[in-house]
Amino acid sequence: MSQTIKLNKGFTINLAGKAENKISETDHPETFAIKPAEFNHLTTAKMLVSEGDNVKAGTPIFFEKTMEDVVFCAPVSGEIAEIKRGEKRKVMEIRILADKQVEFEKSKAYSNSDLSNLDREALQDILTKGGVWPNIVQRPYGCVANPSDTPKSIFISAFDSNPQAPDYGFVFDGCEQYFQAGVNVLKKFTSGRVHLNTNLNGEVSPLFAKAENVEHNKISGLHPAGNVGVQIHHIDPVNKGDIVWTLAPQGVIEIGKLLLEGVYDTSKLVAVTGSQIENPSYVKTYTGACLNKLISGNVKEGDNRFISGNVLTGESVGEDGYLSFYHQQITVIPEGKYEELFGWITPTTKKLSFHKAFGLLSFLGGSNKEYVLDTNQHGEHRNFVVTGEFEKVLPMDILPNYLFKAILAEDFDDMEALGIYELVEEDVALCEFIDVSKHNLQEILREGIELIKHG
Amino acid sequence: MKLLQKKFDSVKHHFEKGGKWEKFHPIYEGHRTIFFAPDLVTAKKGTQIKDGNDLKRMMFTVIIALIPCLLFGMWNVGHQHYIATGIDATLLDKFLIGAIRTVPIILVSYGVGLGTEFVFCVVRQHPVEEGFLVSGLLIPLVMPPTIPLWQVGMATIFAVIIGKEVFGGTGMNILNVALLARAFLYFAYPSQISGDVWTYLGDTPVVDGFSGATILAYGAEAAANNTDMMQLVAGHWSAGMFDFWNMFMGIMPGSIGETSTLMCLIGAVILVATGVGSWKIILSVFVGAFAMGSLFNLTGGNSFLQMPAHYHLVIGGLAFGAVFMATDPVSAAHTELGKWIYGFLIGVLTVLIRVVNPAYPEGIMLAILFMNVFAPLIDFYVVEANKKRRLKRATV
Repeated sequence: MSQTIKLNKGFTINLAGKAENKISETDHPETFAIKPAEFNHLTTAKMLVSEGDNVKAGTPIFFEKTMEDVVFCAPVSGEIAEIKRGEKRKVMEIRILADKQVEFEKSKAYSNSDLSNLDREALQDILTKGGVWPNIVQRPYGCVANPSDTPKSIFISAFDSNPQAPDYGFVFDGCEQYFQAGVNVLKKFTSGRVHLNTNLNGEVSPLFAKAENVEHNKISGLHPAGNVGVQIHHIDPVNKGDIVWTLAPQGVIEIGKLLLEGVYDTSKLVAVTGSQIENPSYVKTYTGACLNKLISGNVKEGDNRFISGNVLTGESVGEDGYLSFYHQQITVIPEGKYEELFGWITPTTKKLSFHKAFGLLSFLGGSNKEYVLDTNQHGEHRNFVVTGEFEKVLPMDILPNYLFKAILAEDFDDMEALGIYELVEEDVALCEFIDVSKHNLQEILREGIELIKHG
Repeated sequence: MKLLQKKFDSVKHHFEKGGKWEKFHPIYEGHRTIFFAPDLVTAKKGTQIKDGNDLKRMMFTVIIALIPCLLFGMWNVGHQHYIATGIDATLLDKFLIGAIRTVPIILVSYGVGLGTEFVFCVVRQHPVEEGFLVSGLLIPLVMPPTIPLWQVGMATIFAVIIGKEVFGGTGMNILNVALLARAFLYFAYPSQISGDVWTYLGDTPVVDGFSGATILAYGAEAAANNTDMMQLVAGHWSAGMFDFWNMFMGIMPGSIGETSTLMCLIGAVILVATGVGSWKIILSVFVGAFAMGSLFNLTGGNSFLQMPAHYHLVIGGLAFGAVFMATDPVSAAHTELGKWIYGFLIGVLTVLIRVVNPAYPEGIMLAILFMNVFAPLIDFYVVEANKKRRLKRATV
């Protein structure tokens, strides 16, 4: 029962500095880090290693207290250089001084026919112990899936519609067998279907087009059409009590590699993008890599912001910061800490705007024009004033204004009734971008999700 | 630019924590951000870039949309003055005398209103918000040209405090601030805002037969005495003043800025093209008024009921209210379906109040305030419907 879904809401942000489809040679980063805080709802990370220990790629380094089966593994081999702790000795960051050559922990490699004979329990054991489990994210809440749940369906979005997003066709080229193995494994975890959603208006790489054992759905529309949350809403929505799992293709491939090769191999092509990058292209590295080596010599002069992820949902980590577990993109854009004389009224074609208020002329530029945007907020924080705009960039039957106000008022019933279970931060990123009153809506939504999960 | 920045920087320390005018920090920021868009950057996590639009720019767009009404209004005040006094005058003369009446009202409105806002900003320590930028111009435009300035000041203070600040400032108000100012005068000082106040005469003697009545006054009179309204209108001292197209142009007595439907429509085009005003509300107000007018035409009764329905769209403040007042995003319905209902009911109520209630010949003000109060109720049902759809989906 494949579906074709046409979305007519959204806004595609076209920025300068998209990665060219080529791989640039860079030095292997000296350090890698894994940050327990970036996995939502990890309450207490229990360390399995201490500073000075040597680890291989795939060596378990910590587990979560509430889900003891799920271990988080080192992405590369080397020495545990530092375990950074914050308040109440909470583990913030585990830093690994990496070997020049990555050595892997070896586990059993299965053939495709062996795999089909494995049952769910055996597979669950392999995935949770092998380090790939955190790739499975559950909705509601957008946190690492609980292995004891059985999701009603599993969703994989086969395209990323975010600004300057990596081209999945390019980065996953040659990973067909791993992807297929990963999908076959995932199928055993759900009572329903595994949905693979491709872009109706774009070229679909054979990796996805030829995938078997999945429901092929086609999605068309502007960003956020590639967001898995939007796809779930239209194909198999999350109601109260429902659980759906989501994975990025990279996660599926890592699962496939673990089973077929017996290694926790997080090597991936990462898009290095942004208007402050001289030659935007792809680099090959592992999860949690330090940014500096990957972009050295490739960054333009100036006060820059270094982002793990894209400009809508990413995090500013600094030049020596680390790539997040879930990110496959590095973005460098100029900082915008400057005052602008009459900046609130001067007509301009340079500032991108979803709105057309006086003097905002970017709508004349057409969709092919690439913009160079900095981090200036263009105005101060205000109360909510404008209505009816968020709905235009959120292609779901959800009333964002009311949901945000319910969160601010800590009204649990309303949050639930207005659809908080269906959303994670990335879904409201465009609302945050276009918000005239400059709220940090992703943060507000996360607060709401925390409230509803933990009460 | 550098010079101005230095000037601001040189006094900045007084307004910062520990400075001698620490409390006045919101006023300092308020002024600085008029000259300079602030140097704020996006948060560490989340959206790293932001849309170029902000509330200042949005509000300023409304000001621009109001300019045609303002300029035409100034001219019309002068024009009405000279035809009532029978003096030939040039365009410039008319405009000047209009400006002499109008500009002080605007200055008082902004001066008093911003002063009140500043007091609240200092007391409450909240930033100077842009809402009054628009309210400050809307208030003069819905006043008669003869209004005493102290009343403008009183009304503005009332509207800013009771209409807005007690609820928490811009974005939190329930009622439209500018209309509240007018409603305040309507009930506190009725003699200065109804009757023969719509033409500025000054000390100049009027021509024979002059009457300051508006077409709504003729309507009310006809309804009360059961006379023929159209006949009364035809006998107006200035022939042709209340012809449909003349009224569409707005060359008749009335509040300073709201007589001209044409100018309001120009404003509407600006608001709709820039996406600042909701076209759904504007359109549905007109549709509602026309529908109610047509219904009265069908039922018949007195001659006011039988006034052609399309007249309702060009008389009184309907167009101005529809374009600039009903579209206030804060006090209007917040849901898209709600906007249709809200606008339509404003149109219906306006005509109902006009025609059936002789005590208040101008209905749009009360209709909008009334619907401001009911907008949350309309939204409530639209939101409930959304929740129900989600629940229903769960059980299927």
